[in-house]
Amino acid sequence: MTTGSHRIRIVGGGEFSCGEGERVLLAMERCGSSDIGVGCRGGGCGICRVRVVGGDYTTGKMSVAKISETERAAGFVLACRVFPVSDLLIEVG
Amino acid sequence: MALTGVISPGYVQLRVLDLDEAIVHYRDRIGLNLVSVEDGRAFFQAFDEFDRHSIILREADTAGLDRMAFKVAKDSDLDHFAERLLDAGVHVDVIPAGEDPGVGRKIRFNTPTSHVFDLYAEMELSETGPAVRNPDVWIAEPRGMRATRFDHCALNGVDISASAKIFVEVLDFSVTEELVDESTGARLGIFLSCSNKAHDVAFLGYPEDGRIHHTSFNLESWHDVGHAADIISRYDISLDIGPTRHGITRGQTIYFFDPSGNRNETFSGGYFYYPDNPRRMWQAENAGKAIFYYEKALTDRFMTVNT
Ligand code: FES
Ligand SMILES: [Fe+2]
Repeated sequence: MTTGSHRIRIVGGGEFSCGEGERVLLAMERCGSSDIGVGCRGGGCGICRVRVVGGDYTTGKMSVAKISETERAAGFVLACRVFPVSDLLIEVG
Repeated sequence: MALTGVISPGYVQLRVLDLDEAIVHYRDRIGLNLVSVEDGRAFFQAFDEFDRHSIILREADTAGLDRMAFKVAKDSDLDHFAERLLDAGVHVDVIPAGEDPGVGRKIRFNTPTSHVFDLYAEMELSETGPAVRNPDVWIAEPRGMRATRFDHCALNGVDISASAKIFVEVLDFSVTEELVDESTGARLGIFLSCSNKAHDVAFLGYPEDGRIHHTSFNLESWHDVGHAADIISRYDISLDIGPTRHGITRGQTIYFFDPSGNRNETFSGGYFYYPDNPRRMWQAENAGKAIFYYEKALTDRFMTVNT
């Protein structure tokens, strides 16, 4: 299901690969990595909130109570709703 | 009829981020019947429920709980409870019939933990409810996890003792079981019944109000909990924990999340409660066993993730 794989690096943490069309948080779990907190995996709880500081991505629906429009514009996302389009550099916390 | 006043959990309205995705989850995976979709809300009924609907999903830009409702035995109970709520200093709104399809007038109140509850006496019967003449076990074979009914909600907030107090003193619920920090007397979890079940609603301590921990569905057996686990794996549903058992209520259970991150539970078993039963309690230092009887340890996700 994954066409082309992207490298996801965590600032001050590990790295793992994520397919295009794969959600970053689920790729992290699949690779046995644990830098980002795993909650509902559905964009509702906010536990997996991170900031993408490098690279391109698309997002699925995320609760606006967890990521406001302004935050979203500044790169804040819920990792369970992020699909990479290129390699990504991600800041946790 | 020995059960009077508030007789059962009725329905819950949850917010979801994507209604179509949520419909697939609740209809095809949990196995509820989709009753109707109107004005951005979807209504569902479990195959063994007599009333029109028990789950309402509303598409919104956040996940979480809009309101939970209990059914009372007769219309005059609504006036009776409205008066008692007002006497207890609880604000009450009267909602005329028609806010939800097939539902009569409602009494709406808020708890100190910022949860919204409805009381209602009348709901239309379901067209797909159980038979009553020479009743077969089901009309059409159940789908998915084969949930028999919406069973209870567990709600998160700060002053859960104050919320529970309304249910006990005003609505005549019983506290069946609780998780207590004996050094401070603080309640960490309170399990309340209006019926013969181990719980019909639960409150769990959490630093923020108005949150829902889970919406729970009853299954017929422990074997069905295993079947639910198979469905969760087969369809890549987000698993929280289980299959396992609770010490509190003794339910055999599995927890997972809907596509918007609202936690669901499907469970079977649990003890019967009678109003003369002594209250059961767990000490906070045994919280692991109280919550997860087999693992004997809490998980961060179960304690901190909610919507
Ligand atoms: S894990 Fe809940 S929002 Fe991502
Ligand atoms: Fe439960």
